[in-house]
Amino acid sequence: MESVFAVVVGILYATGLYLMVRRSIVKTIFGLALLGNGANLLIFTVGRLSAGRPPYVPIGALEPLPPVADPLPQALILTAIVIGFGVQAFALVLIKQVFQTVGSDDVDEMTTTDRIADDGGQG
Amino acid sequence: MLLAVLCGFVAALFAPLGFRRFPLWAGRFAPLLPLGLFLFFLSHIGPVSRGEPVVVTAPWIPSLGIDFALYLDGLGMLFALLVTGIGFLIFLYTPAYLGGDRRQGTLFAWLFAFMAAMLGTTLAGNLITLFVFWELTGLCSYLLIGFDHEAEGSRSAALQALLVTGGGGLALLAGFLLLGGVVGSMELPVLLASGDLVRNHPLYLPILLLLLGGAFTKSAQFPFHFWLPNAMAAPTPISAYLHSATMVKLGIYLLARFSPVLAGTELWLALVAGVGGLTMLVGGILAVLEHDLKRILAWSTVSALGILTLLLGVGTPAAITAAILLLLTHALYKSSLFLVAGALDHGAGSRDTRQLGGLARRMPWLAVAAILAALAMAGLPPLFGFITKESIYAALFLSPWEPLLLTGLMLAANGLMVTVAVITGLGPFLGKGAPALAAYHPLPPTLWLAPLLPAALGLLLGLVPNMVAPLLLRPAIAVVQAAPVNTVLALWHGFNFELLLSAATLVVGLLIVLSRRRLLALLPASWQEGGFTQDGGFVLLLRALLRGARLQTIIVQNGRLRYYLMATIGVAMGSMGLTFLESGGLPGSLAWPSGYLHEWLAAGIIVAGALTVTVTDSRLGAVVALGTVGYGVSLVYILYGAPDLAMTQFCIETLAIVLFVLVLYRLPLFTLLSTPVVRLRDACMAAAIGGLMTLLMFYVLAQPLVPHVSDFFLANSLPAAHGRNVVNVILVDFRALDTLGEIVVLAVAALGVFGLMQSRRSDGEGK
Repeated sequence: MESVFAVVVGILYATGLYLMVRRSIVKTIFGLALLGNGANLLIFTVGRLSAGRPPYVPIGALEPLPPVADPLPQALILTAIVIGFGVQAFALVLIKQVFQTVGSDDVDEMTTTDRIADDGGQG
Repeated sequence: MLLAVLCGFVAALFAPLGFRRFPLWAGRFAPLLPLGLFLFFLSHIGPVSRGEPVVVTAPWIPSLGIDFALYLDGLGMLFALLVTGIGFLIFLYTPAYLGGDRRQGTLFAWLFAFMAAMLGTTLAGNLITLFVFWELTGLCSYLLIGFDHEAEGSRSAALQALLVTGGGGLALLAGFLLLGGVVGSMELPVLLASGDLVRNHPLYLPILLLLLGGAFTKSAQFPFHFWLPNAMAAPTPISAYLHSATMVKLGIYLLARFSPVLAGTELWLALVAGVGGLTMLVGGILAVLEHDLKRILAWSTVSALGILTLLLGVGTPAAITAAILLLLTHALYKSSLFLVAGALDHGAGSRDTRQLGGLARRMPWLAVAAILAALAMAGLPPLFGFITKESIYAALFLSPWEPLLLTGLMLAANGLMVTVAVITGLGPFLGKGAPALAAYHPLPPTLWLAPLLPAALGLLLGLVPNMVAPLLLRPAIAVVQAAPVNTVLALWHGFNFELLLSAATLVVGLLIVLSRRRLLALLPASWQEGGFTQDGGFVLLLRALLRGARLQTIIVQNGRLRYYLMATIGVAMGSMGLTFLESGGLPGSLAWPSGYLHEWLAAGIIVAGALTVTVTDSRLGAVVALGTVGYGVSLVYILYGAPDLAMTQFCIETLAIVLFVLVLYRLPLFTLLSTPVVRLRDACMAAAIGGLMTLLMFYVLAQPLVPHVSDFFLANSLPAAHGRNVVNVILVDFRALDTLGEIVVLAVAALGVFGLMQSRRSDGEGK
């Protein structure tokens, strides 16, 4: 099943990057989110998908009983999910602020911190 | 000796303060430093003239094996005495010339630093020391040419000199590194003894070309001759010091210094002698076409530097002797003439040769200095210039290469020199009184004393040439030709061919003087006023360089985020793809996946969600689809034994959707800004990268999974860390520091979000 998820990761990367190079600035956040999911899934898949138990030590045992899922990618991804959310939230607020300040959602026009068009923002 | 070289830099530090506090006394004390150094070097002349160089070494960058080495031999001694001796005159002259200018202190600081740098260059004992001081002289020259920095002309002339000599300096550095690599040592004594090794080495050609690049730019040889006349934007004492007597001779110093290592090949002869000959003629011709005293002298300096280069190129013992003699003569008479020009400018208010005349009665001592210097330049007996000129003719007439051609060219160049001598040395003082020189005022004594001293020395040396020959000249000649010599100089050689040539030179020169005005009248009108610059090529090159830089900036730094992104990702992916191709593609084939329906379903949800986000034009639709992707991913986590991840992903995804929806209606609509072609291009790029990622994963998945650190975590989670959930134990115990970092990142992000919200609120209040 790993090869299927390899293709899924490829699609997440492709869609994420495609959105990130759009000129419309809102789309870049969506691209960022997709890219983050793709990266997490990549780590998870490369650590092998075993339809096994969670890495948990049962009562009365000293070690988890095999077969058991690999705990290391899980720990990495857990960190990544939380950080990814922080980045997303910050980017979202930043872009909103930029949009309201500059008055344009076109990345190519954002060459200045001054207001470009008066009718664009609402703040 | 270390102190002697470096004390100039120390003096430079204190000069601005000293001149501000005690303008009068600082000006009186300043010349004492070069004078003291002059006497110091003179005190070493005994052993040096016996062929025993003084060597001083101090550790500088020991980790790189670079020492600060000084090496005082005959050639170094000649230069050190010139630098300090002429430096003394310049320091004596400058305070009166500037007449209490407020920036005197700054000028003296740079002059002190320049003198120290010159001493360092000419006494350097290894290539690194030489190069560092060489560049310092260029830097001081830049500051001194641009001394009058409020004038645009000064600034551009300074920049031009810096670019030309700095470019040559880079070539020199490259040449030095190659030379050091070939010989295996950067130390001068070792280098001087390995001439045969270098000459027969395959890298000889690049080494020679690079070193000549440095020498020719510094000494203003054709085609780099254009910067020197422009450098006349500097105050006149600076021109006299840097741009005639000392700094521009560094190229000559380099040629002379490395003659034992590089000279003696056909290539050396052709390049050095050829360029020198061309420079000497170009400089001479342009000199007689000018009217401004300083520009005439500048072009004639170019010509003299050409003669020096030509002689070193010919490289016979006689030619080297002539070169060393000319080095000394030229420094004496040219500094004197420059200082005279400055005094005329100061006292009579003009440097135009067409306006000056008949000043001998008003400035008698200045006239004596000028006439002595002019006679030396023209090469008349009994001055030292005469001996020099005789020896030049003797050397060229016996040259192994084209003796007749060289002698003929030299006759022309020397004839032009005679003309220049008459125009600059005699013209302003003899003849009828100048019509309109209202600005005339008497000269302070130092303004005529400083030019008189070197001019008188030229006379003294001419009368008793063998006073300095064994002490100063013979050791220098011996160093350049790497063999002991027994040169004896004499004013009178009898009636021989050289004497005939000298007479012919005089005739040629006087003929040019007499017919100059008529010849000038034949020239096009735009040439009548002089002011030849010759830097058209340089200006074009500079402009092309700037245009190229601008074009490159537009391409590379276009200010568009997504192109930066594409470049970054493209490079990363490209290098990854190349590595992938080089590794020989996929190792083995993958089995066709056999999964349960729910596994396929999870994959399908993610793909469908991702594609929807990409193509939808509804913002809310995109948010929902993004949520689908997130929940799909958490489904995958549940399926494959990662409940912690699934839980976190569910929470975060929900939170993110709430956040998106909250902000959504403050965000712009999804507008379609790109053209279909651009979208297709981006889609192709994205698809290629996605495909590459998939390939990469296939590659990784085809490798066997090596036992790794996870086994340790599984085995030690309970016994060592007393936790049953291994993932949690990793986060809070084994890798706790990472988690702390993560918390900090989140806190910073939260602060950022808070700050942005606050700023919006205060904006709102403002309106």
